[in-house]
Amino acid sequence: MKPAPFDYFAPTELQEALMLLERHEDEAKILAGGQSLLPLLNMRLARPKAIIDINRITSLSYIHKDNGSLRIGGLTRHRMIENSAVIQEQCPLMTEAIQWVGHIEVRNRGTIGGSLVHADPAAELPTVVTALGGEMKLVGPRGDRTVRPEEFFVSFLTTALDSSEILAEVRLPIWPRPTGYSFQEISRRHGDFAVVAVAVLLLLNDKRECENSSIVLAGVGPTPLKAKRSEGLLTGKKVTRELMEKAGGLAAEDSDPSSDVHGSADYRREMVKVMTRRALEEALAKAMQNAK
Amino acid sequence: MAKRYPVRVKVNGVEYERSVEGRRLLSDFLREDLELTGTHVGCEHGACGACTALLNGQSILSCLALAVQVDGAEILTVEGVADEAKLHPIQEAFWENHALQCGFCTPGMILSALALLKENPRPTEEEIRVGISGHICRCTGYVNIVKAIQTAAEKMAETSQTKGTVQNV
Ligand SMILES: Cc1cc2nc3c(=O)[nH]c(=O)nc-3n(C[C@H](O)[C@H](O)[C@H](O)COP(=O)(O)OP(=O)(O)OC[C@H]3O[C@@H](n4cnc5c(N)ncnc54)[C@H](O)[C@@H]3O)c2cc1C
Ligand code: FES
Ligand code: FES
Repeated sequence: MKPAPFDYFAPTELQEALMLLERHEDEAKILAGGQSLLPLLNMRLARPKAIIDINRITSLSYIHKDNGSLRIGGLTRHRMIENSAVIQEQCPLMTEAIQWVGHIEVRNRGTIGGSLVHADPAAELPTVVTALGGEMKLVGPRGDRTVRPEEFFVSFLTTALDSSEILAEVRLPIWPRPTGYSFQEISRRHGDFAVVAVAVLLLLNDKRECENSSIVLAGVGPTPLKAKRSEGLLTGKKVTRELMEKAGGLAAEDSDPSSDVHGSADYRREMVKVMTRRALEEALAKAMQNAK
Repeated sequence: MAKRYPVRVKVNGVEYERSVEGRRLLSDFLREDLELTGTHVGCEHGACGACTALLNGQSILSCLALAVQVDGAEILTVEGVADEAKLHPIQEAFWENHALQCGFCTPGMILSALALLKENPRPTEEEIRVGISGHICRCTGYVNIVKAIQTAAEKMAETSQTKGTVQNV
């Protein structure tokens, strides 16, 4: 249970880190919070020749708000996001969800960039970023590109990030203030990855009908799953109990969970149905409250 | 020969200078290189919390950090919690409340309790439970551990009142 030997680099500038990545081609790994990578190194499931530690690139750790969006540096730690007043105010869904990520010790180290690049389909942050319609800014040797969650999350633990690129920033659009939201999760113990989780955003028009919604599921497929049929069902309608039940049913039909020790596929699908409905109820109650 | 890297770090107020391999875990560095064996190692993948130490005042898992990464930092381990002569109120409370059985989880629990009480001097029972949720006590003595942290919070609140200062944690 000890890592295999590697060369260690601790650049202080992003450009330096990119040069190191390019020099080592596929043989290097970026080290951020280490809360996913270190277990893999310890168990020797990963054996990179070089570790490029980005923790000293302090310019990658920040939370900024400008013209309708939040910009979060790739190295920003979970705990900083959890305690951020700006995030709480502009993106309360994130504040709620991030408390489900591991334990305090894990959140003191783990970073948003690491969590997104690790891309565990049961993880909270990929789900929330997908629900909000966020974007990832990837920086590589040949410049920047911006990638949407649907392209970024390719499969189980697999993203569109190239081995020469670094996730430098996450941009989250700020949803209009009256938006209702909910994050629901079932896990075996507090701090475990989700068995099933669902993130919901719901915006009503002045007739109290659904103007816009976002429903994203974790733990039920190889990537965060956007329940598009459920969203479509709600658009332009009064969000009744019956409609929410139906939306939950569609989300369950659209999920493709697998069975493991934490729960069977059938159990997960049933939970999607129940939790989607519950999340919609909570989001609706908040949206109504905000509309007053 | 594998490459070695210099580390200068302050642990429990003492400066150390060593050179380590890149792959040296912080937990092994503390235990093997500095011979501070109070930091326990249970799982080496973040699941048990036994290896918790404070890095610049924040609780972290020392099995999920590299020794090279703490170059220039300050670390607190269980050996640095007590005053020379006197146990820390959290340690006293663990003792009085039978909050340790085999003691394997105790160092990690104490450091997380310390970090918790520094941030939140009067936590509710729920907040204490969340605060130690990253720790497994194989002897399953959670009830007394929670009680001990509650007692410690009360004691520390009293002393800080009488002294007019916040207890130095
Ligand atoms: C006990 C425990 C419980 C946990 N529970 C949860 C949980 O409930 N939910 C959850 O979501 N997570 C959980 N985690 C994982 C945690 O959230 C990690 O912090 C996160 O998944 C990875 O972030 P990191 O910064 O630690 O990344 P690292 O472990 O340092 O890196 C992870 C991967 O991302 C790459 N990488 C990191 N940053 C960048 C970047 N900026 N650009 C390019 N590549 C990068 C690395 O090369 C590596 O492949 C848990 C971890 C532990 C140890
Ligand atoms: S030894 Fe570090 S968490 Fe178990
Ligand atoms: S006292 Fe034995 S593990 Fe907690």
